[in-house]
Amino acid sequence: MVTIHSPKIALDEIWAALAEVPDPEMPFVNLVEMGIVRDVDWVDETLRVIITPTFAACPAYEVMGANIKDRLHQLSIENVEIHFRHSPSWTSEWITEAARAKLKAAGLAPPPHHSGNLVQVLLDPVACPHCDSTNTSLRNSFGTTPCRMIYTCNDCREPFEQFKPL
Amino acid sequence: MKQSKALAEYLIALADDELILGHRDSEWTGHAPILEEDIAFANIALDEIGHARLWYELAAGVTGTDKSRYPDQQVYFRPAVDWRCLQLVELPKGDWAFSMLRQYLFDAFESHRLEGVTASKHQPLADVAARIRNEEFYHLRHTRAWVPRLGQGTEESHRRMQAALDELWPYAQGLGAPLPGELELEEMVPHSHSLFMLWSSEVTQFLIEAGLDVPKSGGRVEVDRAVHSEYFPALIADLQEVAQLDAEAQW
Repeated sequence: MVTIHSPKIALDEIWAALAEVPDPEMPFVNLVEMGIVRDVDWVDETLRVIITPTFAACPAYEVMGANIKDRLHQLSIENVEIHFRHSPSWTSEWITEAARAKLKAAGLAPPPHHSGNLVQVLLDPVACPHCDSTNTSLRNSFGTTPCRMIYTCNDCREPFEQFKPL
Repeated sequence: MKQSKALAEYLIALADDELILGHRDSEWTGHAPILEEDIAFANIALDEIGHARLWYELAAGVTGTDKSRYPDQQVYFRPAVDWRCLQLVELPKGDWAFSMLRQYLFDAFESHRLEGVTASKHQPLADVAARIRNEEFYHLRHTRAWVPRLGQGTEESHRRMQAALDELWPYAQGLGAPLPGELELEEMVPHSHSLFMLWSSEVTQFLIEAGLDVPKSGGRVEVDRAVHSEYFPALIADLQEVAQLDAEAQW
């Protein structure tokens, strides 16, 4: 018996399309450069997309999955499965330098690199994304989403959010 | 086989603590003293409920149940008598001092437990603990800051904090009792009693530094997680109300 396979789209083209799917809460960065899309693979006629949630209770995951499917449907890929991978845990170390620059340009201080030592890095001063001053004060460990903290710059007086190191 | 049953019981107890604490915390949403704290505590509540889901999903994996449905089944359709949370997390939210202090006492203990579970030889368990630990770090930093702030704030804030401590302290002793299944998981999970000794000396010193009198004796201690407080049935009725009216409700 002969099974006729529809031509499969190359993975690099798929990765390029996924790099156009914005983060629902921070549309200036995409899900690939945030390190959320971990892997893409064809399993028979189905495209399997592996994503790793950032914060356990992030409410944006269903939207992310739906947006990924929508973008892939534009490539005429009908069978898409979204799989969650929890191990290893997502870490802000996976955010690319390009995405860090975009966060900063949008007024969100990027998370500092911490190589696993959160306790230490949280003692370091946070630079204001507007004026680069490190004379800043933490106002709240929780911002408009669980993944952000609120600071005030003591020099330019602007409040700003930082994406939490995790 | 016996061990997977013990592990499932252990995980459900962890999940139940997080879920009920998150539920109580969420009662502050829209009612916290200032807007920033409203946002912060709503975030903490959301995190706790998210952590509960991770533990329930792991329990589903252990018992071979459908992971996508199991957390909702446990939360919305399980009778009150089958829950295994501590009475500490069941108590009504009280005033701001009470809720902040409860969260601090719980978070401080949990940080030790997660540290221990992260080192577990059971890899899926260690992975989930590592994930939760990093998020919990922000909770503890936040609630820890409230203890001296209220303990040494005004006469009124000190009075309320002391009253909260007097009421919470006996219930907090329950943290030291072994979790369901714990004794059968010997090498896999930390001993609650050892964690409790660490926790007890750490929080006692911190509370004293915050100007509070730590009650001398533990007082009445209910260590059996199958025994619930008088407040629990009403909490569960509230939590499950919509699901009981319409089990297939979508929103």
